Amino acid sequence: MRVTVTVNGTTESHEVETRMLLVHYLRDVRGLTGTNIGCDTTSCGACTVLLDGESVKSCTVLAAQADGAEITTIEGMAAPDGTYHPIQAAFHEHHALQCGFCTPGMVMAVASFLKEHPHPSEHEVREGLEGNLCRCTGYHNIVQAVLAAAGAEELVR
Amino acid sequence: MSAAVMEGAAGVVGTRMRRREDAALLSGEARFVHDLVVPGALHMAVVRSPYAHARITSVDVSAALGMPGVVAAFSGADLAGEWASAMPCVWPVTADMQSPPHFPLAVAEACYAGDAVAVVVAGTLAEAQDAAGAVAVGYEELPAAVDLEDAASDRFLAHGDAPTNRAYTWELVPDPEAVRRAFEDAAVTLRARYVQQRLIPSAMEPRGVCVVPHPFGGEYVVYSATQIPHILRTLLGMTAGIPEGRIRVVAPAVGGGFGSKLDVYAEELLCLALARRLRRPVRWSEERSEAAQATIHGRGQVQEIELAADADGRVRAVRVHLLADMGAYMQLVTPGVPILGAFLYHGVYDVAAYAFTCTGIFTNKTPTDAYRGAGRPEATYAIERAMDALARKLRVDPAELRRRNFIGADRFPYTSVAGLVFDSGNYEAALGAALELVDYDALREEQSKRRTEGATKLLGVGLSCYVEMCGLAPSRVLASLNYMAGGWETATVRMLPTGKVQVVTGASPQGQGHVTSWSMIVADKLGVSPEDVDVLHSDTGVSPVGLDTYGSRSLSVGGTAIALAADRLVEKARLLAAHRLEVAPEDLELSGGEFSVRGSPSSTVGLGALAFEAFSAHDLPEGMEPNLEASATFDPTNFTFPFGTHVAVVEVDTQTGRVDLVRYVAVDDCGNQINPLIVDGQVHGGIAQGVGQALYEGAVYDERGNLMTATFADYLVPAATELPGFTLGRTVTPSPSNPLGVKGIGEAGTIASTPAVVNAVVDALAHLGVEDIEMPLTPERVWRSIAAAAHEPGGDR
Repeated sequence: MRVTVTVNGTTESHEVETRMLLVHYLRDVRGLTGTNIGCDTTSCGACTVLLDGESVKSCTVLAAQADGAEITTIEGMAAPDGTYHPIQAAFHEHHALQCGFCTPGMVMAVASFLKEHPHPSEHEVREGLEGNLCRCTGYHNIVQAVLAAAGAEELVR
Repeated sequence: MSAAVMEGAAGVVGTRMRRREDAALLSGEARFVHDLVVPGALHMAVVRSPYAHARITSVDVSAALGMPGVVAAFSGADLAGEWASAMPCVWPVTADMQSPPHFPLAVAEACYAGDAVAVVVAGTLAEAQDAAGAVAVGYEELPAAVDLEDAASDRFLAHGDAPTNRAYTWELVPDPEAVRRAFEDAAVTLRARYVQQRLIPSAMEPRGVCVVPHPFGGEYVVYSATQIPHILRTLLGMTAGIPEGRIRVVAPAVGGGFGSKLDVYAEELLCLALARRLRRPVRWSEERSEAAQATIHGRGQVQEIELAADADGRVRAVRVHLLADMGAYMQLVTPGVPILGAFLYHGVYDVAAYAFTCTGIFTNKTPTDAYRGAGRPEATYAIERAMDALARKLRVDPAELRRRNFIGADRFPYTSVAGLVFDSGNYEAALGAALELVDYDALREEQSKRRTEGATKLLGVGLSCYVEMCGLAPSRVLASLNYMAGGWETATVRMLPTGKVQVVTGASPQGQGHVTSWSMIVADKLGVSPEDVDVLHSDTGVSPVGLDTYGSRSLSVGGTAIALAADRLVEKARLLAAHRLEVAPEDLELSGGEFSVRGSPSSTVGLGALAFEAFSAHDLPEGMEPNLEASATFDPTNFTFPFGTHVAVVEVDTQTGRVDLVRYVAVDDCGNQINPLIVDGQVHGGIAQGVGQALYEGAVYDERGNLMTATFADYLVPAATELPGFTLGRTVTPSPSNPLGVKGIGEAGTIASTPAVVNAVVDALAHLGVEDIEMPLTPERVWRSIAAAAHEPGGDR
């Protein structure tokens, strides 16, 4: 079947298998390999992207379901000149990544979470990121980065 | 910071410099194996045994061969001619160790659920996976040796043609008579049995391999998500019968390892053999549920520990017997994992008599191997649990009992009863700092208040004082332990004609921030910015020699090699500067990358200018070779011994058995720190993994050997909600084992945290009569322990 999807502001049309998952579409058809696959049970969140502004695990969405939608992946977060998005900047500043495999999904989940919770408590941050696993950081610095990014976004406004 | 690191101006070493690795990872530009675009690559799918133990009666690939896109399909027998030898185990811990032959595909007998029996190669991953389902394998199920202690009885044999499941027995009993006497004379003895459940390492990136054959030269590029590109190259060559010089191993971005990527795996060999046979690139990407079976597990021990003590709690002897679960086969260092802990079951305590015995047992389960800490978490768990039990028995505060037994700060270097020389330490200081940070006395008051009030949420405080042996390792010591390789590391530092610097290292990171730390060390040595230092690693094409990353060795061994190479580069530059400035080399001082003449500070020359002169070679001193480059290999003379105290504070709900980890304090001493930001991160992640073992994680098998926890829905890697923020402190006791004075921090958190958390839970419930709860401490187990204690005579004390 044919799908037309806008990814990071660029719209393309492609013929895909009906069973193709959005994550495979992004990685194999669109060549955006920043979105990672860490499990096969929708548990780890490494594949999290924004679909029409809301975070989804792209291993659990068919490419067909994204037809006509706007997708944002990690590659679309920084400004065109490479300037970090405030969330990326906070992750860097607070050493919120080590191996970096969960990071793209984590950053996208945070983007969606902060939109819904612009002034979160630490507890809310931890609850909000429950669907994204990290094996390196023990989450301590991720939580710090999210709290800092919340402040930064407020400053931007 | 030691003078060796800080020669010259105040530098970046010791600062919390933000990581240089982050940009590629944060932008999505980093390339993991699975991300590599390799035109024409075929996809491999592996057919695995659904039985823990079965005779393979037939393998029929004909239906698979007829499926769309399929290029080839092979049984184990079809590929038997591809192997020059069985898969490698490089640590035969005893001369009589049994090690059943292990080939990438099983031929006659499958020995664990997940054992590979056939492969299919097709144009796309989906085609390969579809066709793998069409391979018809005939199995005759055999009884499986599943439970470790049952397997030790040889009721069922894990390998049909082996006389016993026993792989080896390894002993360390320096003075049996002293141990016997100590137990005879002891005022108090304590005997405990602890179970180290199996863990699934669960690096977030599953494994991946892609082998690209060179069309003309008979060479192979092996991309693998591995911790050990150098070791892998040698062993792939030996096993597949390819001269190792014709294999280039590249570990691109690697998404965590924790020991699970410290191995030579069947899939790496299969991709290599298939690429050789089909003359096309062949790739394989592990799925998570596949990883749970096909990637090594960690831990898997039953521990018996006995203490003999005086009436005042001074421990005189420690006696340990382990059963260690090897799983179905010996992987790279499987048998050696318990041996890495064998020397440390007396922990941080001054003990005079010691006996350790370990028996390795085969079972029909996924092979075990090194997982973060490897042997040392198990040792620390046993002694720290036992010390708490002894404290309860003697009605002494657990902190006070530890103080009475510590190896005193004035005793270093300390020769242990097990034969190690602990390099440096101050255990009392770390304990003191941790108790102060956590406000120990206030917690004890709160605990007692809740008990008196009959609260249903009880408070528990758990201590864990640890020491580990890191910096693997002095090659001669490894030889004495029957390990087949050395423990050195190598480095090259070169200053290019432009003054930019390249560092080549044999260490190979998976998230530890090596590029940042190595460039900080070299930046200070050479007076350049870290940004001007490129670090080349993880590719045998650019870094042909090395021993890779595991066992908290990268900084203390690999970082030291880099520092030594930089020093040698400076010495060469000094000779050139002396030639240029027409002074004696010893009259030159180096500061901020510039040599100046003592007493004549205007007479200077910079390293960058010298690099260009060394490159142009127009006017070099007689006999000096061109180029500003130096190499060094560091083989340490001793291990390093990081240490510290962790304190866990838990709330236990006596009505539901739920445990909440409410506070966590960690005071670690890893000697000098290159980058405390990175040290913090290593401690955080280590704590989380250790907490995972204590409360959540465990590989569960049913009685037929089926893995019941093969997904992240069943195997509970902690999420952010399960953990509190961590309070970190640090003491700094430089190591004399290397010129940087560093000790290593990669495993400390995992080693310390498991016993701290379990001690805390038992501490919360001890007054009810609970002595032990088997890990992971699920609500059900905690609740049952409370209920059982209440029904025991002497319970509800």
